[in-house]
Amino acid sequence: MDNQLPTLQAASLSCIRDDRVLFSSLDFSVHGHQILLLEGQNGCGKTSLLRILCGFREPDAGVVLWCGNPCHRSAFYQDMAYVGHMDGVKKELSVAENLNISLALGSQGAMTVDQALEKVRLAGYEDTLVHSLSAGQKRRLSLARLLITKNKLWILDEPFTSLDKQGIKLIESIMLEHVQAGGMIVMTSHHDLAMPSADIQRINLSQCH
Amino acid sequence: MSLNQAFLAIIRRDLILAFRRRSEIANPIFFFILVVTLFPLGVGAQPKLLQAMAPGVIWVSALLAAMLSLDSLFRSDFDDGSLEQMLLSSHPVAVLVLAKIFAHWLVTGLPLMMVAPLLGLFLGLPEQALATLVMTLLLGTPVLSLIGAIGVALTVGLRRGGMILSLLVLPLYIPVLIFASNAVDMAATGMPVSAQLNILASIFFLSLVLAPIPTASALKMSIN
Repeated sequence: MDNQLPTLQAASLSCIRDDRVLFSSLDFSVHGHQILLLEGQNGCGKTSLLRILCGFREPDAGVVLWCGNPCHRSAFYQDMAYVGHMDGVKKELSVAENLNISLALGSQGAMTVDQALEKVRLAGYEDTLVHSLSAGQKRRLSLARLLITKNKLWILDEPFTSLDKQGIKLIESIMLEHVQAGGMIVMTSHHDLAMPSADIQRINLSQCH
Repeated sequence: MSLNQAFLAIIRRDLILAFRRRSEIANPIFFFILVVTLFPLGVGAQPKLLQAMAPGVIWVSALLAAMLSLDSLFRSDFDDGSLEQMLLSSHPVAVLVLAKIFAHWLVTGLPLMMVAPLLGLFLGLPEQALATLVMTLLLGTPVLSLIGAIGVALTVGLRRGGMILSLLVLPLYIPVLIFASNAVDMAATGMPVSAQLNILASIFFLSLVLAPIPTASALKMSIN
């Protein structure tokens, strides 16, 4: 299973919200080494699609397949990580305590907590309460979670929000490393990706009716 | 990491959080003490009446204090996205939920249990009933947390879920209230209480096994 490239497939997905069809009969397939970038105007269903992929929402029609099987909780959740609009970190806990909790909920990945903090340039902040971090630092902390747990699929909802230019570059380089190592990313972003070497598939949801 | 480690990590996390937000946690226990101490002032100097009412007063106050503390069980996790991350864990969510409920009981139910004998003495409850009072609280307050968790999980996505939460949860609390206060009453008059305690124990074990699963499903519903 491990040497095979993982694939995430969506077959005729539809999402209806408050009687509005956000998208219907959406098909796509992403495999390792690939990035799927969802585009479209505000309110066209990008976040809804990501939440369907995470299993938070049921699609109104269609199925999501992980390696050819319907997404079953533990098998799928072992391989995926999600960073959404909310950082998912606790303000009253320190940086290291937050990451240790994520580690306890998932399985040990390639990097230790210290290495991941070094990578997202938060080294030295281990014992700082998240409360006193800036918005961009919080974002980098929540992205550090991706590095410490073992996963192949990253689902990122606007990962560049509140990051500065260097922060964006940093996250792009981390994403590129993940993709080159055989991982895959499904993401939304208003910021255009500056990653010429990556295999980027684009879907514009505004046109998927 | 293994499920055991995840279970312990969540308990540890919630205890640290509770310690760092002390005022929030102190609220229910203050409420409990205040209500019980205000009763004699309202009723007046009638020791016999107070003594007769003591089991009911203590248990009703404990029940309301437990309900007051329920919302904090999932609210902050829901607001900052930690709940999403918990649901995305590859571990069974019901077990993680049980860890959260246990931590919640440690910071809300356990203090109630510890001050209750003092308040019992204060209301003139005979000493022979104090052990039973503690026993009923030991069996009863976890049930309040377990059943309450289902209600909170269902209403955490609603902006103003407070009223619905009490409507959902209070009817389910009533059996605990009846058997627990009855047991303390009986103990005060020197009668055997094993029947009531056995029923409370069975309610406890039933909810221990049955409550986490619907709580996990309700959380999944609320998150969407």
